[in-house]
Amino acid sequence: MPSVARYAGQILFHAGFAAAIGTFASWPMYNRMPEGSAQIKLSFNHGGRRVEDCRRLTAEELSKLPSNQRRPIDCSRERLPVTIQLLIDGAPIYEAVLKPGGIAGDGQARAYEKFIVPAGTHLIEARLRDSKRSEGFDYRSRFEAALAPGQNLAIDFKAEQGGFLFR
Amino acid sequence: MGLLKRSLRACFDSGERFLALAFPPDWNPLLNLGALGFFFYWIVTVSGIYVYIFLDTGVTQAFASVEYMTGEQWYAAGLMRSLHRYASDGLVAVMLLHMLREFALDRFRGVRWFGWATGIAVLLLVTIAGISGYWLVWDRLAQYVAIVSTEWLDHLPFFGQPIARNFLSPETLDSRFFTLMIFMHIAVPLIALVGLWLHLQRVTKPRINPPMGLAVGAGLSLLMLSAVHPATSQGAANLAQVPGSVGLDWFYLGAYPLLETFSGEVTWSAALALLVIMGAIPWLPPMKRQRPAAVDLANCNGCARCMNDCPYSAITMQARSDGRPFEGEAVVDPDLCVACGICAGSCPTSTPFRRLSDLVPGIDLPDRSIAAIRADADAEGARIAGPARIMVFGCINAGVAAACRAADVGVVSLNCTGQLPPSFIDYVISRKLADGVLIAGCRENGCHNRFGARWTADRLAGERDPYLRARVPRARVVTLWAGRLGGAGLRREIAALATRLALLGPFKPKSPFGRAVAQGERADA
Repeated sequence: MPSVARYAGQILFHAGFAAAIGTFASWPMYNRMPEGSAQIKLSFNHGGRRVEDCRRLTAEELSKLPSNQRRPIDCSRERLPVTIQLLIDGAPIYEAVLKPGGIAGDGQARAYEKFIVPAGTHLIEARLRDSKRSEGFDYRSRFEAALAPGQNLAIDFKAEQGGFLFR
Repeated sequence: MGLLKRSLRACFDSGERFLALAFPPDWNPLLNLGALGFFFYWIVTVSGIYVYIFLDTGVTQAFASVEYMTGEQWYAAGLMRSLHRYASDGLVAVMLLHMLREFALDRFRGVRWFGWATGIAVLLLVTIAGISGYWLVWDRLAQYVAIVSTEWLDHLPFFGQPIARNFLSPETLDSRFFTLMIFMHIAVPLIALVGLWLHLQRVTKPRINPPMGLAVGAGLSLLMLSAVHPATSQGAANLAQVPGSVGLDWFYLGAYPLLETFSGEVTWSAALALLVIMGAIPWLPPMKRQRPAAVDLANCNGCARCMNDCPYSAITMQARSDGRPFEGEAVVDPDLCVACGICAGSCPTSTPFRRLSDLVPGIDLPDRSIAAIRADADAEGARIAGPARIMVFGCINAGVAAACRAADVGVVSLNCTGQLPPSFIDYVISRKLADGVLIAGCRENGCHNRFGARWTADRLAGERDPYLRARVPRARVVTLWAGRLGGAGLRREIAALATRLALLGPFKPKSPFGRAVAQGERADA
């Protein structure tokens, strides 16, 4: 093949290679969510209350302990599971009993869930139980959210801030 | 597996042959994939250093600093940003092709497992580095990458709290995590560089720089791409919004849609299974290896030619252990030897003219010895007849099949053309086993055993020891570097050589005293 044609072939190859790189570096687009929908993300880390209530040691019990270990309050490590419920427009979309983390069951329970909902106004209700009670919930919050298409509503939980946080 | 390999090999052979129409043998991109990978790595490094000067590493300032590069400094930092991205894509593309080609050519099993394993590790590291790079721009794509990556990692039971919570809402965004990603994006490529160094440890004279012409072409094409189609951001990240539609870099993020489609258990199991299969594939099934080269000290004078020619660093020289008055002796590391036989081809004692003693060279392959090659040549020479008899020495890896064997064409198989000592050509012609010799091997620059074709060409050209003797008529010797698709080419070359030999007539060796040697006289005396 004449050298000019060979050089043309090389240019064509390099142009094709560059075109392939440039094309697949950002195309085709990937659509993750249906048009006109929004996302609700529920996520929190929360430790349930202790399985056994803390107990104040008597003076006799304290005297039996080495002097450097005389803590007046004795608490068990193990924590209760956390029960969570999420309702949208009155319909439950998520309900779970979350075990405490850690080998000894003394860590925080974890939640990380995503829900795709149609955009628009929704009444969101979140409930959480972290105590020994068998019925009812220790925390509950209602929030009316006007969700725009593509919006991400985060629901967090922080007991020290009063419970559920809608962000 | 065999079918997959054969199909891939056919694809690569066709691709190489097609590209050979435009590229000189040295420049063929498919024969320079590893070197191109290094070239792209250096472009990524240099452009990355430049871009880092302008990158503000604060999580809220990063996007603005990248936009500044792309907008106001499009001619310098913007161009470098684009080069950084496109060279990274080129890097992962040529690495994948390189891996597939080595798989197709069966160059990942036996003692070559080490290159395969380190290559897989480097590919993994480069992918991690690339993904972490997308994170740093902190645009909508970065947000998507950050969330999907951390959600996937959260399926592992290692983390005390979900790391994806860092991206729950704008209020939870943590700069420290962002700093960790910058550290990763710098540290991981450096670890990959160490991996690349390891990757090359079991080969001699590794080709880590592409030929200048190919490098210029590849570099300019990426530069042109960067100028014409600059890499841009996809809008500032906003955790209050879902990045619903994103332009993925499919070279690095191709698996991300799968991470969202299937559960964490499925994707982690699939990823681990793939990793285990890729790691174990050199032993699935174990390669039936020929025994490694063996040194015969009685015939080894420690000349070190075998060490210099070995493509796999399998031969070293050590102090003489038998008390004979030579400087050293060759020692073969069986864990590195692939039994290509190039060492036997380089040994000055591998001469087929030896008749007074057994043909035992200083170094030889036990399963395909020089003596066996001579016996095959003798047998084929005795079989063929006609006015233009041709002896083909063919590399088994180039697929030189016995199909070209004919009444006037003899075929002797070699583990590699480099296994053939040049004296065999002299032997075949001067002993009138054939009127001409054709050596058929892998494509130039694409030798299955790296240097077999090159060393053979150099030996025949008198540029590498052992040389082809001057008395051998060059018109009767043809080399064909056509690789596995050389079947048709081989037949054409055989026909052309036969025509030429018919014109030349029977070979009449000249005596050292200037007259033709009569029939029955010893020509090699």
